[in-house]
Formats: sequence, structure tokens, C-alpha cells
Amino acid sequence: MQAAISTAAQVKGPQRRPGWTGWLLMAPMLLWLLAFVVVPTAILFVYSFCERGTPVEWKFTWENYARVFGGTELWPLLKCVLEAAGVTAVAVLVDWFRSPSRMREERAESAKRVGTAIFVTVLLWIVWTDLSNVFTGTYVRIFVRSLYYAGFTTLACAAVGYPVAYCIGKASDRWRNLLLMLVMIPFWTSFLIRTYAWITILNENGLMNAFLQSARITQEPISMLYTPGAVVLGLVYSYLPFMILPIYGSVEKLDNSLVEAAFDLGASPVRAWQTVILPLTQPGIIAGVLLVFIPAIGMFAITDLMGGKTVPMIGNVIQNQISGQARDWPFGAALGMTLLAMFAAAFWFTTRKQGDDAVMG
Amino acid sequence: MTRSLRLPSGLKLMNLLLGSWTGVVFAFLYIPILLLIVFSFNDSQLNLRWEGFTLDWYRALAEDTVLIDALKNTLIIAAITTAISVVIGTVGAWLLYRYTYPWRKLVNTLIFIPMAIPEIIMGISLLILFSMTMSLLESWQALEWMPQWYQELTIQRGFTTVIIAHVTFCFPFVLVAVQARLVGADASLEEAAMDLGATPLKAFWFVMVPYMLPAIISGALMAFTLSMDEIIISWFTAGPDSQTLPLKIFARVKKGLDPSLNAISTVFILATAGLVVLSEWIKRSSREVSKR
Repeated sequence: MQAAISTAAQVKGPQRRPGWTGWLLMAPMLLWLLAFVVVPTAILFVYSFCERGTPVEWKFTWENYARVFGGTELWPLLKCVLEAAGVTAVAVLVDWFRSPSRMREERAESAKRVGTAIFVTVLLWIVWTDLSNVFTGTYVRIFVRSLYYAGFTTLACAAVGYPVAYCIGKASDRWRNLLLMLVMIPFWTSFLIRTYAWITILNENGLMNAFLQSARITQEPISMLYTPGAVVLGLVYSYLPFMILPIYGSVEKLDNSLVEAAFDLGASPVRAWQTVILPLTQPGIIAGVLLVFIPAIGMFAITDLMGGKTVPMIGNVIQNQISGQARDWPFGAALGMTLLAMFAAAFWFTTRKQGDDAVMG
Repeated sequence: MTRSLRLPSGLKLMNLLLGSWTGVVFAFLYIPILLLIVFSFNDSQLNLRWEGFTLDWYRALAEDTVLIDALKNTLIIAAITTAISVVIGTVGAWLLYRYTYPWRKLVNTLIFIPMAIPEIIMGISLLILFSMTMSLLESWQALEWMPQWYQELTIQRGFTTVIIAHVTFCFPFVLVAVQARLVGADASLEEAAMDLGATPLKAFWFVMVPYMLPAIISGALMAFTLSMDEIIISWFTAGPDSQTLPLKIFARVKKGLDPSLNAISTVFILATAGLVVLSEWIKRSSREVSKR
């Protein structure tokens, strides 16, 4: 499927300008896209600036966005950035004086790489451990938390799925077809049903508790459902095939002679992976990250079933505003537009170096 | 590329580790599903321990009119969605292949958006569009010169709205599948047919459609499965009479566990697996044909 998306821009047919029949035949599709993609998004945008009514009052207001971003203070976030910068400075200094024999350019490059990695990791870690104090606004906090959950899910899927994708890509023809089929089946099976399968396992009267008690590891049933861990487990379980398939696509295209060359030149497996295999499979990883991260941010069904009310995610909040008890459509629209803006930013950020042909690897 | 990788001997262990990890991950993917299937035959109210084989839950399922109706709705919606998606997607892919449209990039982006955008955004924006359209249609009912049948119409969300929503995110998948098939197409095929006196319509129907057929079929299966399994967009666009099976299952799971849910899930999983195997088989046999 991903391979198919990437070809979209490259298809070369006979390349004629369409006459009136060409336009006439194309019209239904273009009108469909206009009516059910462009117009609804435009309405959502307009809605997000309107006052609440039944369901809407056509009067301009900033109120909805003020509510989305309300209560945000910059100082705690700035403090986190400063702390992270401090840690980074120390790390970069240590790296700079680590081995004096290196060239100046080499050092600068290493400092840049180490610095960025440490700064991002430390900043993300500090913010996560102190989320409720850093982001004081309710909705901003939920947005950030959803991003973190989607991020954890994506990271876990990549870590778990990459070796599997590699293994499938390098397996013999017969095994490869079988394993691929085995990934496709959960890929297409409703995630609702697969989430339900986990609920029957993690439930208080579920199999896991029965197992733990009969093995005398625990005495009382423990509630494993409705915890953040269960939410991430449910998300990883549902989206893992979406990570494996695109990475497999890149691994399959990988030229074995390049890997062999690396080994022949004396590279260790880790170094061969780092310098040859990883860069060549990067398009697949990017496609996988997009296919997991984007749906994971807006998901409400899995988080609702596995997390209950303990872990509200942005999807649950939007759903509650639109069709739940809250019923504030303009505010729901503002939350949706914010999510859309985040989606566009994440999309642009992950694909900016790729050019649009490689968007889906 | 098909040549297998020649590895230094020290990497044997590495490969063994990779292989066993893959085994563990497949166990992680399949054990919950298999347990679900096994316990649909379990003679107990709880999914706790095995108490003997029974088909009671399937019998209960056969009498559960709510779930059966939901299943019917799901299949009707998926079938109509697939039919419309196949027409729009195939014709769209063929036209984009045949002509250079101005703003081609914009059109490609527009096709890409429904596949990539978070489903909840599509769900709420379509819901708002539908409710605005419906209140407009309702306000026209008050007009005196409108025909009788129109004034008596109850306007609410239903099959039409769900199908419109499903087609919107399904047809791009058909389109890109067909487009991938057309990459390797010989441009002169269609022209040769027309040189030999075929009308453009005949050339399309007797030359291009057979050529695209494997991709059309696998795209259709994809659209069918996507529509059958979709929940988030259906949540916002379905009306009371058009509740799909995933929506009903969602509502039931929220109420509590029930082994007949295991039974219907088993039916659903087997149906999906069947469709996947079928679509892979079609793809593979078409690849073999084109290799020859």
C-alpha cells in the first residue's frame, strides 16, 4: 500500500492535456473531494471561530482558542528548557575533550550530534516527569499528554517491529510470503476486536489474573485495565503491523551487496546497521512513524476501552465535545483544528527532507 | 536482490536472536486473537477458565437480532461503499494516467489527505457538514410548493451519510492501487486499440479494464475491509438505523464482557483473514501472469 502511494506522483501515461471529455469524466471525483474533504474542513475552520449556540451562533469570537490554550504559563516551560540546556552544555563539553586527537571539524560535528540528541531527550524527559506543573492549562496538557502517548507508542512499535520487519525482509521466499500474510491479517482486522481480545485478558476476571493467581504470584485480582500502561499496550498492539509493513518494504529493497561490503570491510554488526542498513531503511521507518503516530494521536476508541476515564486523550475530549455530554461544537471544532495543525506540523517535520515523492516510502 | 545474504560466521547468533524475537512478536500478535477464538467455544459465562466445548454462544448470536441487524448494515454499507469507490477510484487513476491535468500536484495531495488525516477530524468535519445540510433540507420542508413526499420525509443521519463518509476515505486506496498497476502499463496498448477502430469507451472497457483488473479487485477488497472495520468516522456519521457492527460491539464492550461478543469477533476475524488471503492470492497470481 505504501509503495502504491509513493508511485502516485510518478505515474507517466501518454501525457495529454485533457479535452472536455477528460474534464467531464474527472469532474465527479474532483467534486467529491471538494464537497467532502475541502468544504467540511473549511466549515470546521469557520465553526472554530463561532460562538456556542444550538449548535452554533454565527458570531466571530476568539473564545474557543482562548479556552484551548488557556492557563498556559511560559515560565515553567522556559525553566525546563534552561535545565535541559545546562545538562546539554556539560555533555557537549565532556564530548569535546573526550579524545583530543580528533580534528576540529570532527569535534564540532560530534558536539552538534550529541548536543541535539541529549537536549531533546532531557527536555522531553523533564517535561514528562513534571507534566502537570509545566503545562498548567487543562487542554494544552491533554494535547501534550496525547503527543507523549502517541510518541511512546510509535517508539515501542519501531523498537519491537524493526527486527521483525528486517527478519521478514531477509527470509527465504516461502517463509517471507507466509510471515507477510501473518502480519497482514491483524493489519486488516478491526482494532476494536483486537482491543476486545486484550480486555478479556487484562480484565479483573480475566485470563491474566486467573493465571497469576493459579501460579500463586498474586493473591487478589489486580486491576490491570484502566491504567496508562494498558492504554499504551492497546495502542502498540493495534498499530504494530502499521510499523512492520512499511519497514519491511524498505528492507526488501535493500541491496544485500552493500551490507556484505560493509562486513567485508570489517564493520561490526552494530556499525553495519548504523551506517548502512539504518540510512537505507529510513524511508520505511518514516512511513511507519507517520502511519502509527497520526492515528494514535486522534484515537478515542482504544483509549476509552483500555483507559476508561483515567487517561483522557485528546480524541476522547473532542468526541465528548461533539457527540458526548459536553456538546460544544465550536469548541470541539477549535480542538479539532488545533489537532489538524499539529498533524500538519508533524507531517511537515518528518517529511521535510524527503521531497514529496518519498512521502510514503 | 533475491540472492540470500552471505554472512560472516559470527552473525549466526545474531540471526538466531532476530528469528526468536520475530517468533516472540508473532506470539504477542496472535495469542490474544487465538484466546478470543478458543473462548468463544467455552462453556462458561466468564472468560476465565476452560469448562468444556459448546456452540451456545454462536446459537445465542444467531438469535441476537441487534447484532445480526448491525452485521447486515455493515455488509450493506461496505458493499455500496466498495462499488462507488471502485468506480471513482478506477476512473480517477486511469484519467490521471492518461492526461496531464493542471494542478496535478494539488489533486494528488487532495487524494492523499483522506488517507492520512486523523480519522477524528474527518469524522467531526463531515458530521458538521451533514448536520448543516440536514437543517437546510428540513427548512425546505416548510415550503408549501414542495411535493407531499418530501414534506413527510424524516431527515436524519443514516445509510447515505455513512456511505458518503466511507467512500471519501476508501476510494483513494482503490485509486493508488490501480495507479501502481498503471506504472508498468504500455501506453501504446490503448492507442493501438483506437488505431484499429475501437471507440475510446471500447478501448477503455476491453483493453484497459482487463489490464487493471487485478489491482481493481485488490483495491475493492481493501475498500471493503476498511469500510467493514471502520469505527471512528462511522461513530460521527451513522444514524440510529445504520449502526454498524463495530459501533455495536463498542457499545457492548463498554457495558461489560459477554462470550457472544467472542463469537461475533471470531466470525469477523475469520472473514477478514479470508479476504486478506484472497486479495494476496489475486495479487500474487496476477504478478505471476505479468512475469510470463
